[in-house]
This record gives sequence, structure tokens and C-alpha cells, in this order.
Amino acid sequence: MAKAVDFSQRVSRASFAPWLRRILFFAALLMLWQVIAMSGIWPDYLFPGPFAVLSAIITGFSNGLYLQAVGVSLSRLAIGYSISLVVGLVLGLLIGRNRILEETVGSLILGLQALPSVCWLPLAILWFGLSERAIIFVVIMGALFSITLGVDAGVKNTNPIYLKAARNMGARNVALYSQVILPAALPAIINGLKQGWTFAWRSLMAGELIFFTLSLGNLLQTGRDLNDASQVMAVMVVIIIIGVAIDVLIFGPIERNVRDRWGLSR
Amino acid sequence: MSYQVTLSQSRNEAGSDRGSGSYGGISLQIENVSKVFTGRAGTVEALRPVNLTIEAGEFVCLLGPSGCGKSTLLSIIAGLEPATTGSVMADGRNVQGPGTDRVLLFQEAALFPWLDVQHNVEFGLRQLGTPAAERRASARRFLELVHLKGFERSYVHQLSGGMRQRVAIARALAINPAVLLMDEPFGALDALTRDRLHTELETIWSSTRKTVVFVTHNVREAVALGDRVLVFSPRPGRIVREFRIDLPRPRSLEDHSLVDESAEILTVLREAIGEHEGEDENG
Repeated sequence: MAKAVDFSQRVSRASFAPWLRRILFFAALLMLWQVIAMSGIWPDYLFPGPFAVLSAIITGFSNGLYLQAVGVSLSRLAIGYSISLVVGLVLGLLIGRNRILEETVGSLILGLQALPSVCWLPLAILWFGLSERAIIFVVIMGALFSITLGVDAGVKNTNPIYLKAARNMGARNVALYSQVILPAALPAIINGLKQGWTFAWRSLMAGELIFFTLSLGNLLQTGRDLNDASQVMAVMVVIIIIGVAIDVLIFGPIERNVRDRWGLSR
Repeated sequence: MSYQVTLSQSRNEAGSDRGSGSYGGISLQIENVSKVFTGRAGTVEALRPVNLTIEAGEFVCLLGPSGCGKSTLLSIIAGLEPATTGSVMADGRNVQGPGTDRVLLFQEAALFPWLDVQHNVEFGLRQLGTPAAERRASARRFLELVHLKGFERSYVHQLSGGMRQRVAIARALAINPAVLLMDEPFGALDALTRDRLHTELETIWSSTRKTVVFVTHNVREAVALGDRVLVFSPRPGRIVREFRIDLPRPRSLEDHSLVDESAEILTVLREAIGEHEGEDENG
């Protein structure tokens, strides 16, 4: 009994220590920020303290503005990312399984992957005007190639013995793809999905900077126009929180699930 | 005794699914089968033309050094690889591709890491369109047969090498094939586990009478299991000698006559390898 108690204490202390260090670090950082803000080196409207930023966040959310902006940005992300996901899965499977497509379309995608997706923005505006379609196009260009290449890598690195075993047990066509090729490639696909989401999120923010409709990127821009650094910083904090939340709440559990099943340690 | 009961039940069910009356093994005729691989480095002759007839329900061991083409022959029988020349007949019908009447088992077990044990065993039945409830019951029964009751929810990485091979055997048996093609399935296991799996395989074979083609480079394993042992020469592989093993079953590895038989076969195998090396020096 005594041993068990001792053990659990040790465990909780071990997992608590890094969090304690983390909290102390960020508390110190906030204090340093406050001290610099109060020192008066820069005027308040250029370098607001943490409390000014916090109050900007509270105001922004309480008058509904931020919530609306978050909604607009996230729905653009969702539409663009979903399209990339579907197209990327199909393209990746085709490239991964067909040598001629690999040599042609595959090399094109490798080339396009080297182009930062924001570079599509001028062309998107020329084609679609300053519209939803233009910005969703840029989001798609951000995510699509990473997802495609992730699926492609997963399909190519699949141990051929799984395919042999599956074909031997009667798996054909669609069943072979849905029950063997895709699940076997899942660890690599998840990497591609994660990278694709990061690129999509970045290109969305960059694109929204030059758009006039209310959105997170647009709020950054209006903050600048109004000389309101506390709004700019407040929106930056919101963007960081959304990014971390999607990583932790969506990709974290998926990744953990696959790692546990496959027994990939880390 | 319990084996008999469970197996005959499952065979009846699978048999009624298939609509055919044959439960045991089928015969295999390998006629003039050879294999030449063509790659960037040129062509490699893996298998000299092989002629071989395997009776229904027979346990045949292909014995030879690594890389002698015996695994290639197994893949060709499974229909997973085309032969360069010749043909394979299973139960009198020409083999055109993979079929669930012939299931190949690999040294790496080749279980799917994204599925748990239960769903691995169900995989083949799912391809056949067996209803879920029947699939589940069937998988349970075969897992019990290979002594893995209680591991249904485990994932592959949680199992030992011997357990993985047991799951692979259950997965193969679940679709009720007539032929088991085993490619050094126990090659990576420790001696103790291997002995135990030999016994289990022999029990399963003697109650189901499936045709088994078993590839190994272990002489004792071949003699302990096979009705016939075919000795292969190194690459390009061909059959150099055939031994009929008439020892009573179940066989014990300590049995004198088994040890003697093994020694004789080992001599032949050594000669085959030696000849090959001599050829290499001359050429």
C-alpha cells in the first residue's frame, strides 16, 4: 500500500515538473514584457503591455467581432482543406500506384510544392477577383501538394508483402485500396495532412491580409490601419491559440491512435 | 479431440458457402516451371525448369539454401508471380493468378499492423463477403485453435514472433484453403517455439488433410514435417534429390531414425552446395 502511494507520487511529480517549468517561463516572459512596456522606451500604441492586449482580446470577443472573424477564417480553411484532402488523396494514390503518372504529374507536383502558396495570390485575384474563390484557391494550393506527396510517399513505402498477402486472400480493386493500401500508408498520410494544414493556415492568413471582408487576417490589417498595436497583438494571440488547438485537439489524438496501433514508439 | 470437432464444424460451414464438396487438399502439378528475373543489372536465372506432382493432402517440404528459388516457386504456385515458362495446375485447373484455394504464409507473418488480431483473421472472410456475425464467430474459433484465445483485441506489435505466426495460420485457415504454401514461416523463431508450432501444424494438417508445401533451409524441420523432402540446388534452383520420409507421426526430433534421415539429406544438400561452388570457381 505504502509502495503504491509512493509510486503514484513519483509519477505525478515527474509529469508535473516540466509543466511547472513551462508555467514559470511564460510568467517570467509576461513580466518582462510588462516591464518593457512600462519603461516607456516605445509609446503605448506601438508596444502595448500584456494587460492591454488581454483587454483587447476580451473586448474583441465580447462585442462578437473576433468570434465572427474566427468563424469566417475557419470556414474558409475548412472548405479549402476539405477540397485539398479529397483531391490530394486521389492524386496521391494515382501517382503512388502508376509509374507514368509518377514520372509526369509527380514531378510537376514536386516542382509546384517548391512554390510558396502565397505566390498564387496575385494570379488568383486576376482570375477570381477579390472573392472567396480567390482565397480558397490559395488555401487549396497551400495544402494540396503536401497532402498529395504524403499519400504518394505512404503508398510507395508500403511493405509489398501486405499487398501480396491481401491479394492472396482475395482483396481486389476498391477493397484493396480502402482496406490495405490506404490504411498501410496512414502514418505517412497523416504527416502529409499535418504539413498540409500548416501550409493552408499560413497561406490563408497571408491572403486575408489584403481582403476587405471581416476575417482574422483582415483584423490584423485594420489594427495596423488604426495604429492599434494591441489589436494586432491580440489577433496574433488568437491565431496562435487556434493553430495550437487544431494541432493538439485534432492531429494529436489521430497521431497517437495510429502510433499506439502500429506500435511506433516515440 | 476438441480440434476435430471445431474443425469439422468450420469446414462444413465454409464448404456450404462454397458449394463444393471437397474439404481436404487438392493436387498440384508443376510442369516445366522456370523463372528468369530481368532487372537493370541484367537477367538472373532463379529457377531451372521444375517438374513436380504433389498429391492431394500431401505434406511436401522444399529444402535448399537461401536464394535457391524455392520461395519463387512458392510465389508462382500462389499465383502472385508469373512463371517465365511452364504452368501450374491446381486440382487440374490452370493457375492464372492468386486464389483463395492456395494461401501463402510468409516468414514475416505479414499481419496488418492497422488491424487487431480479430480483424486480421477476419480479413479473408470479409473479402469473400461473409456476414459480420459469421466472420466474428469463425475468427474466434480459429484463434482458439491456434491457442490465442484472449488476444482478439491485441495489435500485431504486442505479439511475439510465435504468436504472430499463429495468427497468420489462423488467418489462412479461416478462408478454408485447400493448399497451404508456407515460406519459411518458422525461420525467425527460437527452437522451442518452432518445435511447438511444428506439433500444432502437424495436428492441424492431420485433421484437415490440406495439401501443404513447406519451404525451409532447416533439414530437421523438413524431415520432422514432410511426407516428402525435395532438395534444391543453389541458384539457379533445381531439384537434385527426392526423399520419401516414412517415419510414423507424430515425429520426435530426438528419434534416431529421424536424426539418421536428416544426416543423409544434409550430406546431399552439402554436395549440392559444394558442386555449385566448384562450378563457380571453374566459371
